[in-house]
Amino acid sequence: MSLLATDPNDRPRLRLPKSLRNPLFVLAVIVLLGVLVMAVFAAQIAPYDPLDMVNMPFLWPFADPSSPLGTDQLGRDLFSGIVQGSRATLLVGFSSAVLGLMIGTCVGALAGYFGGWVDIILMRVTEIFQTMPTLLLIIVILAIGNPSIPLIAISIGLAAWPMIARLARAEFLSLREADFVMAARALGYPTGRIILREILPNALPTLIVGASVLVANGILLESAVSFLNLGDPNVVSWGSLIGNGRTQIRSEWYLSALPGVATVLTVLSLNILGDRLTDILNPRSGERS
Amino acid sequence: MIPKPPVLELLKLEVGFPGAPIVKGIDLKIEEGEKVALVGESGCGKSLTAFSILRLLPQAARITGGQVIFDGHDLATLPAHELRRIRGKGIALILQEPMTSLNPVLPIGLQVAENILQHEKLSRRAAKERVIELLDLVGIPNPRERYTMYPHNFSGGMRQRVMIAMAIACNPRLLIADEPTTALDVTIQAQVMDLLEDLCSKLSMAMLLITHDLGAVAQWTDRVAVMYAGRIVETAPIAPFFAGPQHPYSQGLMNSSVDDGWHYSSHRLTEITGNVHSALGERGCAFAPRCPLAAPGCRETPPPLELAGPDWHVACYRRAEAMAPSPVAASH
Repeated sequence: MSLLATDPNDRPRLRLPKSLRNPLFVLAVIVLLGVLVMAVFAAQIAPYDPLDMVNMPFLWPFADPSSPLGTDQLGRDLFSGIVQGSRATLLVGFSSAVLGLMIGTCVGALAGYFGGWVDIILMRVTEIFQTMPTLLLIIVILAIGNPSIPLIAISIGLAAWPMIARLARAEFLSLREADFVMAARALGYPTGRIILREILPNALPTLIVGASVLVANGILLESAVSFLNLGDPNVVSWGSLIGNGRTQIRSEWYLSALPGVATVLTVLSLNILGDRLTDILNPRSGERS
Repeated sequence: MIPKPPVLELLKLEVGFPGAPIVKGIDLKIEEGEKVALVGESGCGKSLTAFSILRLLPQAARITGGQVIFDGHDLATLPAHELRRIRGKGIALILQEPMTSLNPVLPIGLQVAENILQHEKLSRRAAKERVIELLDLVGIPNPRERYTMYPHNFSGGMRQRVMIAMAIACNPRLLIADEPTTALDVTIQAQVMDLLEDLCSKLSMAMLLITHDLGAVAQWTDRVAVMYAGRIVETAPIAPFFAGPQHPYSQGLMNSSVDDGWHYSSHRLTEITGNVHSALGERGCAFAPRCPLAAPGCRETPPPLELAGPDWHVACYRRAEAMAPSPVAASH
């Protein structure tokens, strides 16, 4: 027994905040890391080019070890499709979120900090974007341009920023009255510095949580666009795989279901991560046990 | 010897919200190294006066008239970028609430250092050393370790010390302290005020202390200016003022504050009847509706500040009656 008793000095120094020890959160991080690794090393992991006809059509999953997740109506490998498709899906999700975050933060920060006419004008513009149906806006942009991954990302970013703008405006509106902002003005700091150095870091936790929802939204919107065949036909994404399987949904349902499961898991994990990020980004979370 | 020009001079300063004048023409001089207290009850415009010196007014409030002379410039009309160079460098401000006046997401040392870097050409390393000296100067133990700590690691008194370190970082000539101790414990209050007094003499700073605590005024300042409903009603050096204030309002303030030994006596604490809102719409002396000595003449035109002794100004028509033995007490 004495050998099993742990020495109190051996306890790990690093104590993670409670929020990080939540099993759901750990699971979400594992899923996301797995997807990220899959996207980064897609070329090494995927056995075939997802657009190549490599096997018999309509192979069910686990039926043939060379195509572990089966093949579609043209004999294209589904496993390769999911692995390679994660690249386009994640790329669109993240870059659209970054774009949305940047536009939204700029608009919201200016509107919230300066108030008055600046606020009225910027918020009316935001509302114009908000009243437009998101998917319709994306489809119109894609219909005008030549569908490609960067264009899809830009169109989703352009459609998604109003949410961040409103969040940023609310944060700036209340933080601008904070005593430390007053103190910063009393120290003679220029306005740009007050916005970037004093207020923005305090607003950032809220915005980053918002951005994690944007990534999830971006992935879903990209899937929707690809499902509607408006995506780049030469690039495989989870959405295009689902759309491709749609015609066989009554017999070979796995063609849509498996990329769908990948999408659901990723989006769900992002949402869980966003929930917990609030605690992680709080500088005080370290002192909680 | 040629008399030095005052550090700060307010000339007929008027501040107000649209349609509601709050500060109605204030004249105040602060000499080099002098510690002046601006006393008055809530809502009399003392904080607004303090903020208007640096033009840090709440939205909608405006300086509607008068001048704020500092270093030969009129701060009331100075362009914003020039004013920024005076904020923090020439005039520093300490706010009332130490718990919320520091940015919660930046280490305190960095916050002090940024202020220095903003106003002076200094390397980051030199600024850091200077900050550590400053933290030591304001009485924060282990300044080198505290440098990287965040505001939530500090108590209220310690945070106010950090705020003071930030304020004095660029050797300002004038320190404006807006009720710097109201949010602190009584024991800490005395420590912080002692520190401020000490720093003023060490760095030969002038200080404008905004307060409603007459005890603090008597102990830590050189001169007092009593404010009532947007006007200064009496300004005097500390010693004669506490020996016998001349304005009925100052007398009322003195009678309604707690003296040494009061807790053991059976005196009733006297109060000034009415409240400050009665000054609304008053054409004459704003204090007349509450004044025990008010005469019909008081309600015609506001009384001007008149010389009542060496460096002693009082704005009251009935000064002679007010100086009769304990007039306020007699009226109760």
